[in-house]
Amino acid sequence: MLSENLTIVLPELLLAGYAMAALMFGVFMGKDRQAELILYGTVVVLAVLALMIGVRPEGTHVAFNGAFVDDGFSRFAKVTLLLGSAVMLLLSREYLKRHDLMKFEFPVLIALASVGMMMMVSAGDLMSLYMGLELQSLALYVVAAFRRDSLRSTEAGLKYFVLGALSSGLLLYGASFVYGYTGTTVFSGISAVIVEEGVSMGLLIGLVFMTTGLAFKISAAPFHMWTPDVYEGSPTPVTAFFATAPKVAAAGMFARVMLDGFGGAVADWQQILTFLAILSMFIGSIAAIGQTNIKRLMAYSSIGHMGFALVGLAAGTQAGVAALLIYLAVYVVMNVGTFTFILNMERDGRPITDISALNQYSSVAPGRAFALAILMFSLAGIPPMLGFFSKYYVFSAAVDAGLIWLAVLGVVASVIGAFYYLRIIKLMYFGEEVDPLTGRMPVTHRVALALSSAALLLGAFVQMFGVEALATQAAASLFN
Amino acid sequence: MYHIILFAPLLAAIIAGFGWRVISEKGAQFLTTGSVILAAFLSWIAFITADSGLQIITIARWIDSGSMVADWAIRVDMLTNVMLVVITTVSALVHLYSFGYMDNDPQWRKGEVYKPRFFAYLSFFTFAMLMLVTADNLVQMFFGWEGVGVASYLLIGFYWRKPTAGAAAMKAFIVNRVGDFGFALGIFALFLLTDSVDFTTIFGEVGHLAATTINFLGMELPALEVVGFLLFIGAMGKSAQLLLHTWLPDAMEGPTPVSALIHAATMVTAGVFLVCRMSPIFEEAIYASAFITTIGAITAFFAATVGLVQNDIKRVIAYSTCSQLGYMFVAAGVGFYQAAMFHLFTHAAFKAMLFLGAGSVIHAMHHEQDMRNYGGLRHKIPKTFWAMMLGTLAITGVGIPFSYDLIGLPIGFAGFVSKDAIIEGAFAGHAYFAFTALVVAALFTSFYSWRLMFLTFYGKPRGDQHTHDHAHESPWVMTVPLGVLAIGAVFAGMLYYNSFVGHDAEEFFGDAIGGPAVVELHAEAGDAVDDGHGEVVADGHAGDEHADDSVLHSYHYVPSWVKLAPFIAMLAGLGIAYQLYIRSPQTPARLGAALPGLYRFLLNKWYFDEIYDVLFVRSSKWLGRFLWRKGDGAVIDGGINGLAMGIIPFLTRIAGRAQSGYVFHYAFAMIAGLVAIITWFAIRGAS
Repeated sequence: MLSENLTIVLPELLLAGYAMAALMFGVFMGKDRQAELILYGTVVVLAVLALMIGVRPEGTHVAFNGAFVDDGFSRFAKVTLLLGSAVMLLLSREYLKRHDLMKFEFPVLIALASVGMMMMVSAGDLMSLYMGLELQSLALYVVAAFRRDSLRSTEAGLKYFVLGALSSGLLLYGASFVYGYTGTTVFSGISAVIVEEGVSMGLLIGLVFMTTGLAFKISAAPFHMWTPDVYEGSPTPVTAFFATAPKVAAAGMFARVMLDGFGGAVADWQQILTFLAILSMFIGSIAAIGQTNIKRLMAYSSIGHMGFALVGLAAGTQAGVAALLIYLAVYVVMNVGTFTFILNMERDGRPITDISALNQYSSVAPGRAFALAILMFSLAGIPPMLGFFSKYYVFSAAVDAGLIWLAVLGVVASVIGAFYYLRIIKLMYFGEEVDPLTGRMPVTHRVALALSSAALLLGAFVQMFGVEALATQAAASLFN
Repeated sequence: MYHIILFAPLLAAIIAGFGWRVISEKGAQFLTTGSVILAAFLSWIAFITADSGLQIITIARWIDSGSMVADWAIRVDMLTNVMLVVITTVSALVHLYSFGYMDNDPQWRKGEVYKPRFFAYLSFFTFAMLMLVTADNLVQMFFGWEGVGVASYLLIGFYWRKPTAGAAAMKAFIVNRVGDFGFALGIFALFLLTDSVDFTTIFGEVGHLAATTINFLGMELPALEVVGFLLFIGAMGKSAQLLLHTWLPDAMEGPTPVSALIHAATMVTAGVFLVCRMSPIFEEAIYASAFITTIGAITAFFAATVGLVQNDIKRVIAYSTCSQLGYMFVAAGVGFYQAAMFHLFTHAAFKAMLFLGAGSVIHAMHHEQDMRNYGGLRHKIPKTFWAMMLGTLAITGVGIPFSYDLIGLPIGFAGFVSKDAIIEGAFAGHAYFAFTALVVAALFTSFYSWRLMFLTFYGKPRGDQHTHDHAHESPWVMTVPLGVLAIGAVFAGMLYYNSFVGHDAEEFFGDAIGGPAVVELHAEAGDAVDDGHGEVVADGHAGDEHADDSVLHSYHYVPSWVKLAPFIAMLAGLGIAYQLYIRSPQTPARLGAALPGLYRFLLNKWYFDEIYDVLFVRSSKWLGRFLWRKGDGAVIDGGINGLAMGIIPFLTRIAGRAQSGYVFHYAFAMIAGLVAIITWFAIRGAS
């Protein structure tokens, strides 16, 4: 029995074991001199695990009395987040080296955060959910403050920690309500109670509190306020990491709690999610217009994008969840590309984050400017970029679920949001002459930028590389 | 072969239009002209070797959306073949003629390149026109229909430095829009009724549709009448029939070769072609056909009256074109499609020649177009004079009356043969009003045509002496086309009489006119051809549907005075013109002074332009200005700008201020959001 359970959680076990071993190895074998080795090792382990999970047998496997679920949905989310982590970690090497941040704890923390994230998307119980969430969060608090000598970085880490603690408190408070009114913490049990007895007021309050905690993790408005400050203050590779894997994990967890645990209360949480989605989309779009710092801009962009992703979840249908997963996968690719670019925004060795530095960038580096233009078009949701199709899927799911107004508002918000993406393109191609950026770009970055923009440009013509079909399969596992 | 006929002009137009820098200016001219001459050559081969069968060559699938299916296809039957010959021949000659006419055009500054553009437009027009006549379905036809509209617009406005040319181009385009709207509605109606735009399918359905009604403008009306009426609206626009005719005279702002090709021989006959092509429908649409007859007759009469007093040589011919198109519609309206096509065929030859001749005169007179400044030119430009003379003899209908009854073939110029067939057909079709109008119009035609001849070539030179001294015959590239067309103007009528309207007509056209169903019916109808089936057309009440078909036979048996009438009208017109412009040249001025009201009425073209200006132009301009200033400027721009430059930045500022950086503000926002959601549920309760 135990061995069966262990087989199911094998990838998580391996990663946790690796993280601890790497930590020991680092501590005893020369600390930061081994940092690069550990970084590469972590990248390899993450990638191998992604592969391993990708080829795991189909079907749903439950371990530890329902506390851990390995199904199509969790596998899809895990592969996405592990690949996202691995790529971002690989790409951060240059930046870390250049800015004297190459410390061996960094890859270890990323590995630990990844374990937490894997836990989050596989959680079938409120306890394991919280465990995964907290493991991930603690690792992220630390990496946010990773540049200890920088006031902004430590401020970011502290803010994130304080507000994260608040949100954890809200989540736990909600969980206790849920337990109190259903007598169980296992999702399937909660779901069974709802089907039998309906949603009582106490359970509803628990649901609202839990949703709040979860919304904080995906930075949905009005629980988004930490995002711009943390994105701006953290070292850029950390920001890049924040914008990719943890978002996938949190959104996956969100979907699982809502559908597995509260599948009988769709009409209730649909209202909450609609509220969060509308607010996020509009705040993400409107507030970003005033930003001149590209990292803050990307923070608002991620708020807005999470709003769009929530539109898919709010639909509460299988198509909606599939749309959510597609949205997340495309979102990760867009952010990988964009942050690869941002990592190299430098002038004479100093990182630059002001978007006015992009003026006339097309004449400095036409290739990179073109790639960024494609990324921006995709973020704005302009066809034929994949960013358009991912938005299209969430909106059509919302329309099919009867949430026509939500879809209409989403389209309006995306029109407003298009402004600041297009402004970057305008600056690059039609801006005034300024001191050009001088950052050189390592080969890995060139490849990542080229691949991500090519994928966004051409993905629509090759059925999104099969992601669409996989997402549909994954979504089906939450609905049976 | 048809592929080459169709696409050689297009290819040449593209290469000449976009690549003349590579192939040089001369190269562009030779390429376009060569390609159209090739197309003309092949068209004649096709025409001569063709049988009357139907051949459909599918090139590609164009639209495939639900039940809406349209191909790019070439539909070849005798109608198509006749049109191919007319279009490509006139086009080839006009291309050639333009070598001379467009050379050193005073509209352009030294060194300006305009010829490749001109030739590319001409070739593009030829392609679009070919597309129109070879269309296998209504959508493809509409493509060609709009294509010739665009080409016409571009060529009318070719002298873009002249404001009048630009205005004329816009007028042509906008007036045609009205007609095209009708045409488009007709296509929609047919698609609604038959679920198809394909000709073969539609004609196969006509039998069922005859009894169907359609709800149009809130009224239940017979389906085919509505369709026929709407299609004819389209034809009216393109063929400049009364009410939608105002653009044609203004279109003379374009270069003269354009007038000859587009506004005399080919494009303006597209409406006639449309009615003939859709003849299976019009066969069943009695009221629509009667309407066509009436409009055609009124146009023939109206345009002829206006032509009487115009002084611009091109305008006279333009009104004459308008009038002759009226003849064709009368023929089509009484179901004598063969005669309509026949007149289209002969008219293309002699009218193109008249225009090219007029162009030659204008060229000789250094772009002077006012006939009052001509006179005595027959010795200066003898070739042009003889060409114009033959053209005038053709259009006025000079020939030997009763020659058909004597030897079985009418002897006379092309116009005599085809026009008299129409006039007799109108009588045989019991359209007595149309018959009367056409005979009177024939008199007027004769008068203004001879007036043009006498004013231009006879009498003493008037106007600028210097211009007259330097008048010179045109180069051979301009006179050769005149010669070729002259052959057509003289012999086309006699040569093709039997094929078009004589005893070979049914075999010649096969199913192209009237469609297969009607031929069968005709066989049943047998010999009962001339016993009064046709009243319906004139009187307008429902009757025997084979009546139209009988005109082809019965027009031979009209009373002698009917056959003589157009001839006498012609002689009368000639006599009056001779009296007024040769014998006593001062009389016209006195006549004008004696009847000032009538004179001004005619000179101002029955005041159509003025009435339209008040009724439509000003009100639409006012509406346009209102929508622009108030609707677009104030509401839309104001709204968008207000939103984009006022409200959104305001919200952005608020969002920026909320992002204070203080943790307790952030925590407060979270709690506030939580409280808001809880409150919502507390008020609403669980669902």
